[in-house]
Amino acid sequence: MFIRLVYESFRRQKRRKVLAGAAITLGVTVATAMIAVATDIGDKINRELRTIGANLVVTPQEDTLDVEIGGINLKPPTDGAFLSEAELPKIKGIFWHNNITGFAPMLPVNVALEKGGAKLDVTLLGTYFAKHVAYGNEDFVTGVRSTHPWWKVGGAWPDDKSNDVLVGETLATRVGARPGDTLNVSGRSLHVTGSLSTGGAEDNEIVAPLALAQQIIGKPGAVRRVYVSALTKPEDAFGRRDPKSMSGAVYDRWYCTPYPQAIALQLTEAISHSHAEQIRQVSQNEGAVLTRIEGLIFLITLAALFASALAVSAAMATAIFERRAEVGLMKALGAGKFAVAAVFFAEATLLALFGGVIGFGVGSVLAHQIGHSIFNSQISISPVLFPVILAIAVLVTFAGSALAIRRAVTLDPVFALRGEL
Amino acid sequence: MSHQARDLAASRAHAPQTSMFVRMLLRAAVLRRGRAASALFAMVVAAAVATAMLNLYVDVQAKLQREFRNYGANIILVGKNGASLPVNSLSQTDSALAGRGIAAPFGLVVARTTDGQPIVVAGTDFDRVKQLNRWWQVNNWPTASQQALIGVRALPLVSPKGQPFDLTFQGKALHVSPAGSVQSGAAEDSRIYISLADFVSWTGIQPSTIEVAASGSPDDVAHMMDQLAQSIPAADVRPVRQIMEGEARVLGKTRATLLAAAALIILTAALCVLSTLMGWVFDRRRDFAIMKALGASEKLLNGFFAAESAALGATGAFLGFLVGIGIAVWIGRANFHAPVMPRLSVLPVVLIGSMLVTLLSSILPISLLRRVQPAVILRGE
Repeated sequence: MFIRLVYESFRRQKRRKVLAGAAITLGVTVATAMIAVATDIGDKINRELRTIGANLVVTPQEDTLDVEIGGINLKPPTDGAFLSEAELPKIKGIFWHNNITGFAPMLPVNVALEKGGAKLDVTLLGTYFAKHVAYGNEDFVTGVRSTHPWWKVGGAWPDDKSNDVLVGETLATRVGARPGDTLNVSGRSLHVTGSLSTGGAEDNEIVAPLALAQQIIGKPGAVRRVYVSALTKPEDAFGRRDPKSMSGAVYDRWYCTPYPQAIALQLTEAISHSHAEQIRQVSQNEGAVLTRIEGLIFLITLAALFASALAVSAAMATAIFERRAEVGLMKALGAGKFAVAAVFFAEATLLALFGGVIGFGVGSVLAHQIGHSIFNSQISISPVLFPVILAIAVLVTFAGSALAIRRAVTLDPVFALRGEL
Repeated sequence: MSHQARDLAASRAHAPQTSMFVRMLLRAAVLRRGRAASALFAMVVAAAVATAMLNLYVDVQAKLQREFRNYGANIILVGKNGASLPVNSLSQTDSALAGRGIAAPFGLVVARTTDGQPIVVAGTDFDRVKQLNRWWQVNNWPTASQQALIGVRALPLVSPKGQPFDLTFQGKALHVSPAGSVQSGAAEDSRIYISLADFVSWTGIQPSTIEVAASGSPDDVAHMMDQLAQSIPAADVRPVRQIMEGEARVLGKTRATLLAAAALIILTAALCVLSTLMGWVFDRRRDFAIMKALGASEKLLNGFFAAESAALGATGAFLGFLVGIGIAVWIGRANFHAPVMPRLSVLPVVLIGSMLVTLLSSILPISLLRRVQPAVILRGE
């Protein structure tokens, strides 16, 4: 009899059930989409923040001081220590290798640019543009095009295997070099593929493939420093602690958290005779911006959950209120409070499950769309979310109906049937 | 007949319809307190959520821009062709900024340590740098003349035990004592910083670079760059492109996410109001039928329900606006540690939106009921 009551209620009152179900579906959709966006927003914004540039730098441990003003290097190019290029792929072998979005080695060398008989002392910067690097079974592409995305090239990027170069735009206007020209640099003629605009010191330099710079100073495999772009967790009090003072378990926890310091330590371990350091301008502020945005989206998700809970309970309350006469009839026929409440709760649960499943599906699509249109990348929804969302849907529907059901079971059947309430 | 009652009767005789109309509106609200209150509650919540979201959406840019200013300079002034900047450059930069940012001068030379090592020595204004480059990790800022701030990589070289040392530049010596060390992970680590006054009297060179952190929108910053280029023609004014681009990207994406979230939330809230109100109006089909049976015209009925829902929408919007401002201010305090400024420009949007939703939610059921004979409704069918 109970099952028949519920079944018939769904069969005969399609309009009302569809309305209440639609409200639940909408609520769950909004909740799913917002939770998915909120859990992923940190990662997405972190990737956007990588446009500001690398947040870690690896230098040789025994290096002499940089003597550099406005991008002009006053240190003899062969002076000081170097890192070995052959070790660089190991960067992709550290514990947090999935968080490394790219790295770019740098080797500045001083060269003489011959132009119309006059010699001009300029810096030639050797680096990777978009080089294929292999580590183990993994094959990846890295270089300044991913770590320095604000570098703009008029013309084409040179190939990493070629002897082609980019000329900084200020230098290019000074010497009148255009894409397609050939430059005489320290006895070599180099083909110019484009002009480079960075807004920084590189505007006055020649940027070339790393191998070319190594040939010029006669030090194959030498790298002066490596810029590493990594996704990091905002630094907190625990992250700032000195790892040397930690005990085993605490140290493991620190080491296995992507703090800038922890990744720097792993880089130092990976490359011999090196010292990795966070570039504080980038990494410190990143944490602040990230925390703010994550906090904001979290609070807004709470607001969204609240709004959808309210919408669901309003719809349920209306639906039950409209069925006063039915309640009156049930009670007149001898149904107790418990029986009446059970029917309504069973209906609410069914509606919540239906609405929850459909809403979760629609919400996933919506989150996917938001990720695609705003961040150009996937927002992944973990399956763990599904039971959680379903439980929330049932709970909210229950809570929303509870007040209306309480009023319904205390109705006097006489008044209810006469429609005087 | 008392004085008051006579007045009332006179006013009714004067405009019987208006006074009845107002009475019906008021009575409907007073007698059916419960349902009216729940409809109003839904309206207030929806308007509050909408207000808070719109307010945040408008304000989040300013809030995040402030965070981004911690990245330091977004504009750099350098003397053209490596020359020093004119002496009054800094004061002109300050007057161009007019409090909307901070500027710090830098002069750089290569000096020699006592054992002949070349080292970059920079002269700057420590009070300004402290505000501009907040990411510098400094254990102790210099306060007196002839005190220096030394990069962590330079420290073991020039003053391993913290003792005073000499620097020479073009034959002139400067005796400095280390006050503290600076760590930034970049070029600053291999430099020595001294006060600008010491620097100028020692080297005779004026600062060649001014770093400026200008606050405001990209348009404001571009305008500031034009202004600086005009007031200091000897300087090359350059944007720090990675900071500007990164800022624009992150702000754009955050605002887009916020807009999507706001749209979803406002839509949900509006639908909540719609369903509550439609239920309320539908419940009152008996009132509707009685009015019609008593001879109320179609126009009067529409006017009655429209006026009622408009009044509900307006009241809800005003109350919701106040609550929403409260929520926005709280979110601002909790998340950005600075209150979100209440935007009055949000009020008309919320007001019009609320009234549209309430009107829609009364017009829909009324247009359904209009076709039905009053007798059918009154018989409870």
